[in-house]
Amino acid sequence: MEQSDAAAVAQVRAGTPDAYRVLVERHSHSVFRLAFRMTGNEQDAEDLVQETFLRAYRQIGKFDGRASFSTWLYRIAANCSLDFIRSRQRRREQQTPVDDQGQELEVALVAADPTPDRLAFSGELKQLLAPALESLSPMERTAFVLRHYEGVCIEDIGKALGVHSGAAKHSVFRAVQKLRKALDPAVSTARS
Amino acid sequence: MKHLNEDELVLHYYGEGHDAAVEQHLQACEACRTNLESLVRVLEAMDRLEVPEPSEAYGSRVWQRVAPRLAQTRERWWAGGLAPRRLVATAAMAALLIGAFLAGRVSQRRQMAGLSAPVRERIMMVAVGEHLERSQMILVELVNNETKGTVDISGEQQRAEDLIGENRLYRQAALKSGDRAVSSVLEELERVLLEIAHSPSKLDSAEFEQVRQRIESQGILFKIRVVSSNLREREVPPPQGKASTAL
Repeated sequence: MEQSDAAAVAQVRAGTPDAYRVLVERHSHSVFRLAFRMTGNEQDAEDLVQETFLRAYRQIGKFDGRASFSTWLYRIAANCSLDFIRSRQRRREQQTPVDDQGQELEVALVAADPTPDRLAFSGELKQLLAPALESLSPMERTAFVLRHYEGVCIEDIGKALGVHSGAAKHSVFRAVQKLRKALDPAVSTARS
Repeated sequence: MKHLNEDELVLHYYGEGHDAAVEQHLQACEACRTNLESLVRVLEAMDRLEVPEPSEAYGSRVWQRVAPRLAQTRERWWAGGLAPRRLVATAAMAALLIGAFLAGRVSQRRQMAGLSAPVRERIMMVAVGEHLERSQMILVELVNNETKGTVDISGEQQRAEDLIGENRLYRQAALKSGDRAVSSVLEELERVLLEIAHSPSKLDSAEFEQVRQRIESQGILFKIRVVSSNLREREVPPPQGKASTAL
């Protein structure tokens, strides 16, 4: 019979590290999906999956069982990812002036100019999605990914990221606003 | 009539806080319905963002990588009197590496190499890769530490001190082999490890933030990831049929 998450957690806490295997194998795929949406890069996502499980293992004594293990794990994954993309952004800002970054994004979006010929729906539009997501701030991206892809309610996003729900809500709003600005013309063209 | 703003439409789309007034307005107002449709198209487009699907064995692969690090996560590695043995093993590995590279150079002239170049390189890749992984773990733990107030980094310091000696030996081996990319990252890593080892063991939040910023500003984690990734790519198995097999 398949061991439940709660039973595996109890075994790990009782000093059986091998019981952690069940949790790692069961949740790796979903943590990877979250990490990939956060980073847009497969290698970074794989590194984050490992970091998430190591951090969760270190903190497993703090898991109080009020939320499910997967919810708790997602919180850790979201925070690991947020730390990572903040750090990545700081590195990029040190290497590239902010104005240039904005210009780069603009160039990338213009380069994929969504003329009706090029956008016979999906194909070219898909290429705009990752840069659009990349244009969000780390907090906006995290809040959007949790709300849109993971179905986490805004109040829980605030709790997970340690911010007021008003701040989480604002991040989701800003994210959607930016995504609309970046994608609206392409989506409208693709539809016409 | 006051139209719905974008924030209200976003909350409506995600079903956050059901509001009958919003529903009624949408039924009555074509402009807001059109606006909502436009929002929905963009958000539905985001669903087409492609995510690579790892193989079924991915979970096992993650476990293989995570499992050896669990013990390091909860216990100090030298627990159980392992330190002397490990130091001896590291020194022996580094001596082997340095000796192997020196022998390799001589062999070009005198045919004296005890190990072939691919074997020497493979030993180097594996040893340095493991060393980088251990170092990365310390740096990641520091960067991701969420403790409020005073932070005790004595555990990380002890591990950093232990790694400094190894780092120096591997850097020398890399220098002798002419691997500039690896030696350069190891040189930077050594400076960071020294900084950590020589910091006070208990830091207030401002001091800790400075340590964290120094790690991040040098981009050392990124460089380690890049070099580790390159090392993994270079870890090619020896050609079939030539490797000696113990039966």
